[in-house]
Amino acid sequence: MTGWERFLDTFFNARVMAKYWPDILYGMVVTVELAVLVVISGIAAGLALALLRALGIRVFNWLLIFVVDVLRALPPLVIIVLIYFGLPSVDIVPSGFVSTWLALALVLMAFSEEIFWAGITAVPRGQWEAARSTGLSFIQTLLGVVMPQALRLTIPPLTSRTIAITKGTALGSVVAVSEILGQASSAVSNSYNPSPLMLGAAAYLVLFIPVVVAGRWVETRFAWKR
Amino acid sequence: MIVEAPLIVEARGIHKHFGALHVLKGVDLLVAERELVFVIGPSGSGKSTLLRCLNRLEEPSAGSVMVDGIDMLDRRTDINRARQRIGMVFQSFNLYPHMTALGNVTLALRKVAQKPRDEAEALGLAALDRVGLRDRAGHTPGQLSGGQAQRVAIARAIALEPRVMLFDEPTSSLDPELVGSVLAVMRELRESGMTMVVVSHEMGFARAAADRVVFMDDGLIVEQGPPAAIFAAPQQARTQAFISQIQRH
Repeated sequence: MTGWERFLDTFFNARVMAKYWPDILYGMVVTVELAVLVVISGIAAGLALALLRALGIRVFNWLLIFVVDVLRALPPLVIIVLIYFGLPSVDIVPSGFVSTWLALALVLMAFSEEIFWAGITAVPRGQWEAARSTGLSFIQTLLGVVMPQALRLTIPPLTSRTIAITKGTALGSVVAVSEILGQASSAVSNSYNPSPLMLGAAAYLVLFIPVVVAGRWVETRFAWKR
Repeated sequence: MIVEAPLIVEARGIHKHFGALHVLKGVDLLVAERELVFVIGPSGSGKSTLLRCLNRLEEPSAGSVMVDGIDMLDRRTDINRARQRIGMVFQSFNLYPHMTALGNVTLALRKVAQKPRDEAEALGLAALDRVGLRDRAGHTPGQLSGGQAQRVAIARAIALEPRVMLFDEPTSSLDPELVGSVLAVMRELRESGMTMVVVSHEMGFARAAADRVVFMDDGLIVEQGPPAAIFAAPQQARTQAFISQIQRH
């Protein structure tokens, strides 16, 4: 065997790949499910918090800023482990899937709240004044005048942050979520061969390259064209 | 008072503090129906703040504001309903950039006056027609010149059929050649009998159209009277200094 053949046999072993590709495919389904749940719930919660923050309730906002800063400072893996191993002590036993979902959604919530809030504060004061002077209420102004402008500003940073956090689904492998990386690494230990990892890497590329490309399109489409 | 007519705006004893800054130091401003009051004064004299106290965009620290018989500072007053009666036009237009001209004009008609969409659009088009911009109804603010944008802003305010219009330096951010179109709309409004309070540096317009000129300095009304008297023969030293300064230009 030449060195090149040995390399191929180790990392791109056809026999191993043929055996484990259905597992990796199943992992892709789990990754997509997890990612979709994280994105929807995380962004929805972040938007809700930013709108609540706009109400200007001082004590609530202090608490909100504290929680958001903690969530942004902690590594997502630490939050996953805390939920997965910590909550059972109060008789809540989340699955690895739920723990990962919750942790990543909380992190995305924290980051997206900050992004939405930055968008809201970037809308000029005159917009509020013009709307209020015609008799629109605070809520009508926030939702009808300020948010449509704020959302446009938030789309580029929100897109890149969302992609970054979605890739964090791989952390679920630590708490036995059978997503791509989890499937790949258990296949590696069962087959004593790293080829399934190459399959896993390919699976991530198949999933995320379109997302990254779409993200770039969205970023240029919405960036500061006003 | 110059015009014997019922009062639309009655602001009395208005004080405004911004932190340690005492911006308004007890101002009375009474405006009669169909009157055009022109407020002039050096920058920082409090004239814009006074205007913004009238529709409570700024909360006066003390004093009372009645507009069209409504106590603007009473906690029980529905401020959003009251503000429908007070149109306001801003120096920087403040059009909603994500909406068309017609969308800008109809938003409050639909959300505040609760008109159905087709009725709001008919009223909105009529308002745009009045400022000569019916053909720009589908344009967004970015596609309008400054003068057109300010006229759309005026249409947005008059579409609600206010009892009084407040103008906060409406032409100050316009290129000189665009000022005339905005002043023409204001003159038309004036001729239709709209009550107006105008903070502006357009002294020519003040001379031609104002019933009364109010000169403010350092948070107080120093002097007021018909434009001819204020511009030709101001009584107070501070008014004289201000008038002679602006007339040098």
